Amino acid sequence: MRFSIVILLSLSLFAVSPCFAETAEEKGLAIAVEADLRDQGFSDSSADMTMTLRNKHGQESTRKIRSKTLEVAGDGDKSLSIFDTPRDVKGTAFLTFSHKIGDDDQWLYLPALKRVKRISSRNKSGSFMGSEFSYEDIASQEIEKYNYKYLRDENMAGQDCFVSERYPVDIKNSGYTRQVVWMDKGEYRVWKIEFYDRKESHLKTLVFRGYQQYLGKYWRADSLEMVNHQNGKSTTLLFANYQFQTGLTESNFNKNSLKRAR
Amino acid sequence: MKRVCGTFVFGVVALLTLLFTQFPVCAYEFTSNIAFQTRLFPHAPAYTSQERNDASLAGEIELYHEFVSGSSFTIKPFARIDSADEERTHWDIREANYLYLAESWELLLGVSKVFWGATEFVHLVDIINQTDLIESLDGEEKLGQPMVYFSILKEWGAIDAFLLPWFRERTYPGVEGRLRTGLVIDTDRAQYESSAEQAHLDVALRYSQTFGEADVGVYHFIGTDRDPTLLLDLQGGQALLIPYYEQIQQTGLDIQMVAGNWLWKGEALYRSGKGRDFAATTFGFEYTFYGIGESQMDLGLLSEYVFDDRAPEFASPYNNDIMAGLRLAVNDASSTELLAGVIKDIELSSQLYSVEGSRRLGENWKLVLEAAFFVDIDRRDPAYGIRDDDRLKVELLYYF
Repeated sequence: MRFSIVILLSLSLFAVSPCFAETAEEKGLAIAVEADLRDQGFSDSSADMTMTLRNKHGQESTRKIRSKTLEVAGDGDKSLSIFDTPRDVKGTAFLTFSHKIGDDDQWLYLPALKRVKRISSRNKSGSFMGSEFSYEDIASQEIEKYNYKYLRDENMAGQDCFVSERYPVDIKNSGYTRQVVWMDKGEYRVWKIEFYDRKESHLKTLVFRGYQQYLGKYWRADSLEMVNHQNGKSTTLLFANYQFQTGLTESNFNKNSLKRAR
Repeated sequence: MKRVCGTFVFGVVALLTLLFTQFPVCAYEFTSNIAFQTRLFPHAPAYTSQERNDASLAGEIELYHEFVSGSSFTIKPFARIDSADEERTHWDIREANYLYLAESWELLLGVSKVFWGATEFVHLVDIINQTDLIESLDGEEKLGQPMVYFSILKEWGAIDAFLLPWFRERTYPGVEGRLRTGLVIDTDRAQYESSAEQAHLDVALRYSQTFGEADVGVYHFIGTDRDPTLLLDLQGGQALLIPYYEQIQQTGLDIQMVAGNWLWKGEALYRSGKGRDFAATTFGFEYTFYGIGESQMDLGLLSEYVFDDRAPEFASPYNNDIMAGLRLAVNDASSTELLAGVIKDIELSSQLYSVEGSRRLGENWKLVLEAAFFVDIDRRDPAYGIRDDDRLKVELLYYF
């Protein structure tokens, strides 16, 4: 009896599964997996970033940050971000070991005291250096950090896009209930993300511009603009000097390299 | 003694100059700041020779040069000119070193600064550099320490080894300065247990590793105690205090651990030397509420405890004290921050309240305000001499 049920089950799976209509959740996940797959193998990268904070009166303030990223097989990326300006925080650096599951490990280096501080990565919704980007916005975007749901196809600025929703797995600490993501069908690049806060109201919109391809494979945007619809402030990130596969190793991402980061 | 130190600094500078001219240069950086500072004291000084308030100007210049290989050198002189206390008008080479970088190890030669520790209020285990006490009472300003420093970091952890060939004496306020002991400390007549005096070779070895959510470090130090015993001296009919630097062995431990919104911090040491052996420990937590009241502000609650068993009783101002504080990070474009705290002696009535705030003005300026108040300082407390030194410090820094 049991034997026949197993046979029946396996037969039915065999017969039916290819014909199953993919659910919206499965399709959303498949899109995210494909995008992640296309970005694998970059090994390491580095870039210079200029962050411009703008308040609702149009007053601007800028900070320059250099960042290095190391791809880690089977886990989230390691990254090192070093501040060049404002001058009073020059040399301040963040070291992050992101993880697919669970909290990231994070250390902060304060150059004036020569002190390395372990910091909590629970601060997902907090502002990154006074900007409209929160820590979870700038963190390594691992597939496992969200659940997905495909919504529709949409043409955006002449490009066919998938529009999907993603829901943070860490509901308790994320600042969002959901994000709506526009990704082009040709290259799986993100063009726009809308962020909805815990009260389900539209909080922020992030727009990606000026994608360039590196090593004939990896796409990176030159400019990211985050607009906060609730407080009228915005933050622009401009990237320059993108470099890939420069030979960075684990030894460039430890507490010794954090202490001598410049 | 000053000449020996001068020779050492000269040697390092000469070596760096040689390296600078001999090797291909990749990049160099120049970073400086100037600080305008005034300290205002609401109460009249306790001792007649003291000036009431002070104003000072300090500057720090850092020249950093990196070679193609990643190796580098750094020179960082510091100086302050003070209106009230001639001891506080001083200069120091904070850093002057060459760092050789290999894949998994590094070697530093010259003057540098190293911090060990985890807690916020009291820094017990930090021992490599001498405290520049005349700069600040919190023990966070340090004098440059000449060293040969080797560090290797592998999957099994990091080992840091130090040879410290020259000892730096602690700085203290002079006769005219506030925040001093009743009897003036005569730093020119410092005494040593070791006949080698400042030339005694001190050594230290530290192991540190990250175990999951915890960062742990253990070290052993053999050499000259950074913390002098103050001896009474009645030479010339005038009572003075003379710093006496003993030879010690010290084992230290520091732990910082993250658990969700909690940060747990702890330090402990065991010291043996001429006197009775003793242990000391400080530990506590910081709990942070992120985005309070739907704003971008973070509020941290801190509490720490310190116990120090050194003899005689009350030799340390932190013999048995409890600390509590609030840290507010506004997370605005000007990085506004506020830290308020209280240190309360459990056995004595002594209390210290402090508030510290800072904010960036434009791109290059920063304003720092600090207020500290002493309440009911017990006669037996080492802080008794500064009981009338409640103060407001206003500092404006320009970075370029």
